[in-house]
Amino acid sequence: MSIDWTTFTPWSALAGGAIIGVAVALFALFNGRVTGISGIAGGLLRPSFPDWTWRAAFLGGLIVAPLAYRLLKAPPDLTIAADYPTLVLAGILVGVGTRYGSGCTSGHGVCGVSRLSPRSLVATLAFMAAGFATVFVSHHIFS
Amino acid sequence: MYALFAFVAGLVFGIGLLVSGMVNPAKVIGFLDLAGRWDPSLALVMVGAVAIGAIGFVIAGRRKTTFLGTPMLLPTTRTIDRRLVVGGAVFGVGWGLAGFCPGPALVALGIGQPKAIVFTAAMLAGMLAFECLERMRTSSSARLEPAAGGTSE
Repeated sequence: MSIDWTTFTPWSALAGGAIIGVAVALFALFNGRVTGISGIAGGLLRPSFPDWTWRAAFLGGLIVAPLAYRLLKAPPDLTIAADYPTLVLAGILVGVGTRYGSGCTSGHGVCGVSRLSPRSLVATLAFMAAGFATVFVSHHIFS
Repeated sequence: MYALFAFVAGLVFGIGLLVSGMVNPAKVIGFLDLAGRWDPSLALVMVGAVAIGAIGFVIAGRRKTTFLGTPMLLPTTRTIDRRLVVGGAVFGVGWGLAGFCPGPALVALGIGQPKAIVFTAAMLAGMLAFECLERMRTSSSARLEPAAGGTSE
């Protein structure tokens, strides 16, 4: 393993992480919920959704974040190496997997780890391990 | 009020994702590529988020109601079962293939990236497929056993 010092951005990573932490703390203290983005989105796809307003409001906030960010600086350029068929497959896997495992990087990773939830620690290890393995296979074996 | 605070939380979360650089799949893949030239940034995003988030959850855990007077609805599920691990692993494979997880995908959708739109559409289709399968499964097994209610983190 060698650290790529040209791409490593420790300060913006810590600062951005802290801002995410503020959002998570606000949502816990004012809305009484964990910030689980897959759960919030998935809850909108149920047949009866009496609580759709706050779910839609949260997701709306995420989607308009680039507009607010643009007032200060230009949004970062995104480099998406995956081709369209891979993105479709990946999207389906992320959709099914996060709902089956009851959480994603935000719910299990950030909130669950913040709460020292053993369940979320296990889930986080599972998706991290699968992510490491997938990138190893796709970048170093079938590259 | 409740929805307004949810909107603010989503907005702040999205700005955090933009500042941290995690909206860019290349940064995420750089972290997951341990055998390549490794970019540890994502680990520091987690450190920052968990440090502040933990304070929020300690305060929230001592309260029965939120600052808005609504009930605290933090998850209480403690079961570690196969679906938690299998679901996590399936998600991890998709995450590694694209470099997107749900939050950054929605923010990238807001930037207007065509690839993010396609990924998010496929993700929502996957979630919808899961809901349909769950409903079929629980309605067919409802006569035999109580439905396993899944809460979401």
